[in-house]
Amino acid sequence: MLIAGIPLGFLAVFYFYPLMKIFALSFMPEGTLSLVDLHGLVSTSYYLKTLWFTTWQAALSTILTLVVALPGAYVFARLRFPGKTLLQSLTAIPFVLPSVVVAAAFHALLGPNGVVNTWLMNGFGLETPPIQLNHTIWFILMAHVFYNYTVIIRIVGGAWSRMQSSLTEAANMLGASPWTAFRKVTLPLLFPSICAASLLVFIFCFSSFGVILILGGPRYATIEVEIYRQAVHIFNLPMAAALSLVQICFTFLFLWVYTWLQRRTTVALYPESRRITQKRPTTIRDRCILGANITIMALLLGTPLLALVIQSFTAGDGFSLVFYRALLENPSQSIFFIPPVQAIGYSIGFALIALILSLIIGLLAATFLSQEKSRAASLLDPLFMLPLATSAVTLGFGYIIALDKPPLNLRTSILLVPLAHTLVAYPFVVRSVLPALRSMPKSLRESAVLLGASPVQTWIHVVMPIIRRAIIVGAVFAFTISIGEFGATVFVARPQTPTIPLAIYRFLGQPGALNYGQAMAMSTLLMLVTAAGFLFLEKIRMSHEGEF
Amino acid sequence: MTLLRLRTLSKTFEREPVLDAVSLDVEEGSILCLLGPSGCGKTTLLRIIAGLEIPDTGTVYFDDRDMATVAPHLRNFGMMFQEFALFPHKNVLGNITFGLKMQKRPRREIRARAKEMLSLVGLEGYARRNVSELSGGERQRVALARTLAPNPRLVLLDEPLGALDKALRERLLLEMRDILKKVGVTTIFVTHDQTEAFAIADTVVVMDRGRIEQTDTPENLYAHPATASVALFLGFHNLVRGRIEAAGTMSTDLGILRLAEHGVPTGRDVMALIRPDGARIREASDQPDEGKTIISGVVKNCLFKGRNYHLELQTGTGQVLAFDISNESRPADPGQLIELILSPEAVVVMTDSLVEPFT
Repeated sequence: MLIAGIPLGFLAVFYFYPLMKIFALSFMPEGTLSLVDLHGLVSTSYYLKTLWFTTWQAALSTILTLVVALPGAYVFARLRFPGKTLLQSLTAIPFVLPSVVVAAAFHALLGPNGVVNTWLMNGFGLETPPIQLNHTIWFILMAHVFYNYTVIIRIVGGAWSRMQSSLTEAANMLGASPWTAFRKVTLPLLFPSICAASLLVFIFCFSSFGVILILGGPRYATIEVEIYRQAVHIFNLPMAAALSLVQICFTFLFLWVYTWLQRRTTVALYPESRRITQKRPTTIRDRCILGANITIMALLLGTPLLALVIQSFTAGDGFSLVFYRALLENPSQSIFFIPPVQAIGYSIGFALIALILSLIIGLLAATFLSQEKSRAASLLDPLFMLPLATSAVTLGFGYIIALDKPPLNLRTSILLVPLAHTLVAYPFVVRSVLPALRSMPKSLRESAVLLGASPVQTWIHVVMPIIRRAIIVGAVFAFTISIGEFGATVFVARPQTPTIPLAIYRFLGQPGALNYGQAMAMSTLLMLVTAAGFLFLEKIRMSHEGEF
Repeated sequence: MTLLRLRTLSKTFEREPVLDAVSLDVEEGSILCLLGPSGCGKTTLLRIIAGLEIPDTGTVYFDDRDMATVAPHLRNFGMMFQEFALFPHKNVLGNITFGLKMQKRPRREIRARAKEMLSLVGLEGYARRNVSELSGGERQRVALARTLAPNPRLVLLDEPLGALDKALRERLLLEMRDILKKVGVTTIFVTHDQTEAFAIADTVVVMDRGRIEQTDTPENLYAHPATASVALFLGFHNLVRGRIEAAGTMSTDLGILRLAEHGVPTGRDVMALIRPDGARIREASDQPDEGKTIISGVVKNCLFKGRNYHLELQTGTGQVLAFDISNESRPADPGQLIELILSPEAVVVMTDSLVEPFT
């Protein structure tokens, strides 16, 4: 019980307490129960407009992602070609990138000073950038497709590759043309997984924050962005609280539907070994599809990141390291009190603290869950996962209204940022470690105990070496999540101790080539760190399949 | 009449030859069985006939028409897959009527035909059942009904019983043969199980390593395997090499073997198989008979199998031969030196066997 006590206590103080404060503030802004603000909020057209925009941009993003990614799902599910596993890993990188990096990458490619506009202006001698996407809905949509492409690929492609190829062949033999077989057999069978994947993409876009804040400019605001504006710019905390409440309700509703849908997708498709369902692209049709999809992936997923790197090394007309060098300096007109390089230091420091805290809490929670077969464990498992279902912005907002006064005044504490990151990251530690712990035979621990090992010794000498790999995976998860976290950090970080994503956000918001270039340089560094972490995880996953 | 004519079909998968210049004729109304170990190319051959694979070289003629340009869905062939490939999102009726709907038949006709098919396979009253509720045998019957419903001119069956357990397989086998014969449709049946092949086929085609080894009736095939690989596949492991001699005998390392009738010219080097059921232990009371083939060796093993003894005999050359000895004779002990009398019918000369290295 002591094992469960620590994670539960952490969850109570740093998750439920802030959430309670949000509820209290939205229902009782003056200390007594008053629904005026909530009612006022729901009845204003501004609120409705925000909710409407949040919904339709998410819906449109989802449809676009589906259209672009479904052919890709076919390619990965049904075709075999050299470099496929690598390509599959690479296409997933956008999904793990911090939102500020994605925003910076699209600025680098298609922004007013971006690669494409610069080339066009130089090439045709134009005075103004011909492509004006900044602060338009198109920018947001493109970034969302970029982000979620891999979600469709993984979920729909996974279901597709598990579907027997003999089903479509049977339809062919019964007189169905390839197109009819696709409509009458493949599509109906993929439908549940398409629904699940679409809903997931919809949820991500619905709670999109960083991308919209940076790329959308002042004209566009989702609920998340509006929470931030009301809380930080206008300082209307009750309004922000009411919006958070709405956001929490919607996210929980969507996730509930998603869990329900996901349970339904796991039926009806007889498993078949991958080798049989996948073939080499020998027909002209398959070769065209493969070529077109690789082109789309390269254009959609590759060029923004490439542009980011190019821009970070381009000053004036040629190659230069000036932006990287500037990160080390602290010019007088700087928007920081410190050299930007220190933001990198803070980020790494915070990430390490978050990693240690996540490991402690995650390992304790996982150990508890793996030992208890009781109802307590089955109830606590989803409870431990709750932070995943809550948007980072609502968490960050909850922290600033809950933890800034006694009994818990952490406002000035340097620990506030890593604590927030821990809350976001430890569920990943639980999810990595729990299967390893569960697959470990009980007799191993028992024989250690019978040989005279204390519980702590058993853990150190038996359990830990066996689940070491899973712990490393959880640690890498925690580190990469913390180093790229933006939504909560933007609320809780103090101005003197910014992190890398915050620095990028501020640089992007300032005029001038130097600020822009420094944003590119920092984004490039952050991209490299996150991508490296992710590829490391992929490599581990590939080499030992079945444990995740 | 020859309905299907295959000419020099070859296919290579990732530089591995799977089919090597296969030619075959299939008579209208017959049941032909492609028999062979897994990886022998039989399924690939079936898929080429269906149009699901494209051969590297060679031609499929159906009704004297080259099928190269005819897409699989326009061939009007029926095919039953391993594991049946029933559509999980449709019920029994939806599966059976799928092909009829593709042909855009009138609704009344579709309903009548589906009913007819359900009663043909003995599944009346199952129309609304979900596919996932069916047992293995019921699935097999639905798959057969679905294949036959659109009235295909040729039915291709790819290990149609492979997914079922043995007891069920034997029952369904006879049932399936009855149904196919009643419908009278030309059928090609792929299996690796010789009992299945013998029970269902008019003609058996044994394949090995992408080639046709022998095409024959089940009875002839069993009595006269043409090649060593056919013999081995049918479970005959007592193979000996030798030379045909004039007096109806064959000289081998085991000694002179007497032969029954055969058509092989004198002086040829051939392989022969010794049937395991064609021997008995020579008793002390036996007459020293001139006309008998006698082989001697040391008993390696003698297992009581109920109906007979399974006896493994190590001959002077070191070769181990296996025999099924009648349980009326006295069992032999391991290590004992014994003599077996072979009947001339027990030695079968394999006419097509070029001598290959065997041990």
